[in-house]
Amino acid sequence: MYLRAENLGCQRAGREIFAGLNFAVGGGEALLVTGRNGAGKSSLLRLIAGLVRQSAGRLELEGGETDTPIGEQAHYLGHLDAVKPSLTVAENLRFWIEFLGGGRPAAAALEAVGLAPLADLPAVYLSAGQKRRLSIARLVAVARPLWLLDEPTSALDAASQRRLAELMRTHLAGGGLIVAATHGAIGLERARELKLGPP
Amino acid sequence: MPVIDLANPTRFLALVNRVLPWLIAATVVLLAIGLYRAVNAPDDYQQGATVKIMYLHVPAAWLGMMGWGIMNVAALGTLVWRHPLADVTGKATAPIGAAFTFVCLVTGSLWGRPTWGTYWVWDARLTSELVLLLLYLGVLSLYWTAEDPGRGARAAAILSLVGAVNLPIIKFSVDWWNTLHQGESIFRAGGSTIDPSILWPLLIMALAFTCLFFALLLAAMRNEILRRRVRAMRLMQAQSLAEATS
Amino acid sequence: MSAVTALLERDMRVAIRAGGGALMGALFFLIVVTMVPFAIGPDLRLLARIGPAILWLGALLASLLALDRLFATDYDDGSLDLLMTGNMPLELTVTIKAIAHWLTTGLPLVVVAPVLGLLLNIELRAMGAVALTLLAGTPALTFVGLIGAALSVALRRGGLLLAVLVLPLTVPVLIFGVSAANAAIVDGAPFGPAFTILCALSLFAVVLGPIAAAAALRYGLE
Repeated sequence: MYLRAENLGCQRAGREIFAGLNFAVGGGEALLVTGRNGAGKSSLLRLIAGLVRQSAGRLELEGGETDTPIGEQAHYLGHLDAVKPSLTVAENLRFWIEFLGGGRPAAAALEAVGLAPLADLPAVYLSAGQKRRLSIARLVAVARPLWLLDEPTSALDAASQRRLAELMRTHLAGGGLIVAATHGAIGLERARELKLGPP
Repeated sequence: MPVIDLANPTRFLALVNRVLPWLIAATVVLLAIGLYRAVNAPDDYQQGATVKIMYLHVPAAWLGMMGWGIMNVAALGTLVWRHPLADVTGKATAPIGAAFTFVCLVTGSLWGRPTWGTYWVWDARLTSELVLLLLYLGVLSLYWTAEDPGRGARAAAILSLVGAVNLPIIKFSVDWWNTLHQGESIFRAGGSTIDPSILWPLLIMALAFTCLFFALLLAAMRNEILRRRVRAMRLMQAQSLAEATS
Repeated sequence: MSAVTALLERDMRVAIRAGGGALMGALFFLIVVTMVPFAIGPDLRLLARIGPAILWLGALLASLLALDRLFATDYDDGSLDLLMTGNMPLELTVTIKAIAHWLTTGLPLVVVAPVLGLLLNIELRAMGAVALTLLAGTPALTFVGLIGAALSVALRRGGLLLAVLVLPLTVPVLIFGVSAANAAIVDGAPFGPAFTILCALSLFAVVLGPIAAAAALRYGLE
């Protein structure tokens, strides 16, 4: 499976965010997208997810399902956690599992991110880091080949960051792809870098 | 990070600068002829000279609806082909169409007072015309509140397409419901029922209003393009400062 | 449990648990309807005459205020991004959200209306008809309001903009809803035609609303 971009361009609000972007990510590989604030890291991830329109170029997920948009074969982990405060931790996760097409039971995914003891707690009581982990549980519970991560380690403490790195390694070992926007290291040793910014 | 300009605005602006003076001249001439013919047209045997408000009222109504039609075409240009000139057309048409609809309502109201005894009545034709004005105001509010002109244009495009269902309702309202308003006399199957001495001034006024509409539209589009240039230059200014100090 | 029922269940749970849910809409309805006799005066015959109209206006305003929540909360916490990239077509997603909204906001209004009819001195026979027209018409209000909610979330301008966009589009629903309700009070006036058109408007809205709303979300949030 390959995620291939040729001459990719993105325009938003009358400004050209990036143009002429070329990259390829294969199964089991990770791509780190770096650059200044405003360089277009988040826009690139949202473009791959299908939330932002591409203005030029080609983007293809070779080896994936041909008639399905890339966004439906990917997990998008953005800045926000998509957690409803009035639902419990387990209810939140179970909803996303059902909505995104099913997968592992919620309990196992909560176990993987270390939130199992809090399963019946209303999500309003969670800290920022715990909400982030709940969001990550979604990626563990529903199997999708491509992970699009926007600053995944923000709000996570060191232990949680190690746990996330482990989850990412497992995903890559299973043939998954990762494209992550980040300012610093996120614990993947052999990841290639795509630096966005003015030439 | 370069800023995108409008697709070929320079060519369009050159076109406007050439065509606009002729359009203005045509408007003035047609208005002069039309008003002269209107003033000299025969009085109505019942209403007297009051009936001549019709020469303002009816063309204003037609152009209010035509404005919405132009906005719909522009909406397709915005959503389907994403042409920035379509954005500009839609944004420029909305206030002009709204103004003509407003003129229609006001002239109609002034006409109604001596004729029907009331400034306003809630019958089908008047109500749907008022709703048209409210829909125009809805579209305008989308343009006014959007910080990003592209988003505002797309949202306004969708609303204008949804609001298009109101136009046939206005047209046929006088047929479908018993209303106080006069029934269809011009655009009906079987031909118009109006005497030529009244029909001709009406058509000339309609043509004059149409030229006025397009003159205003082209001028408004030119202004909008220039406004967007100013916005682009300000964005570039902020951009270069950010890059210089980062 | 399929994705459709999961979404419906989640939206209803959130609506009921957060911020008073169904109760708030009904409460607002009650307050608005109570205000009117203070403004108009206690003339019972007059209140009975305009009662159906007041109930309809109250229902319209209550629906409108709740529409603000429809997409805004999902947009604010990032759920909207995920809803738009799910397996369900966006048109179906917004339809389910609208149904959940109607069940938690519109339906309570229909249930509470007969009680409020007592305050407005509407006779019993007419009360049933008014409730029936609300039942047939509130879906139209929700599904048309969907369009305004989608447009205003894209522009981040909530409340007032939403009202300006939605109210003109709900005029036909209001006209035929009140017309049908009034027809039930006046003997000899035809209830059927107005009610049928009201149902038709609701069906039309159920089809047009999600299509326009999904387009507004896609084009507005890109």
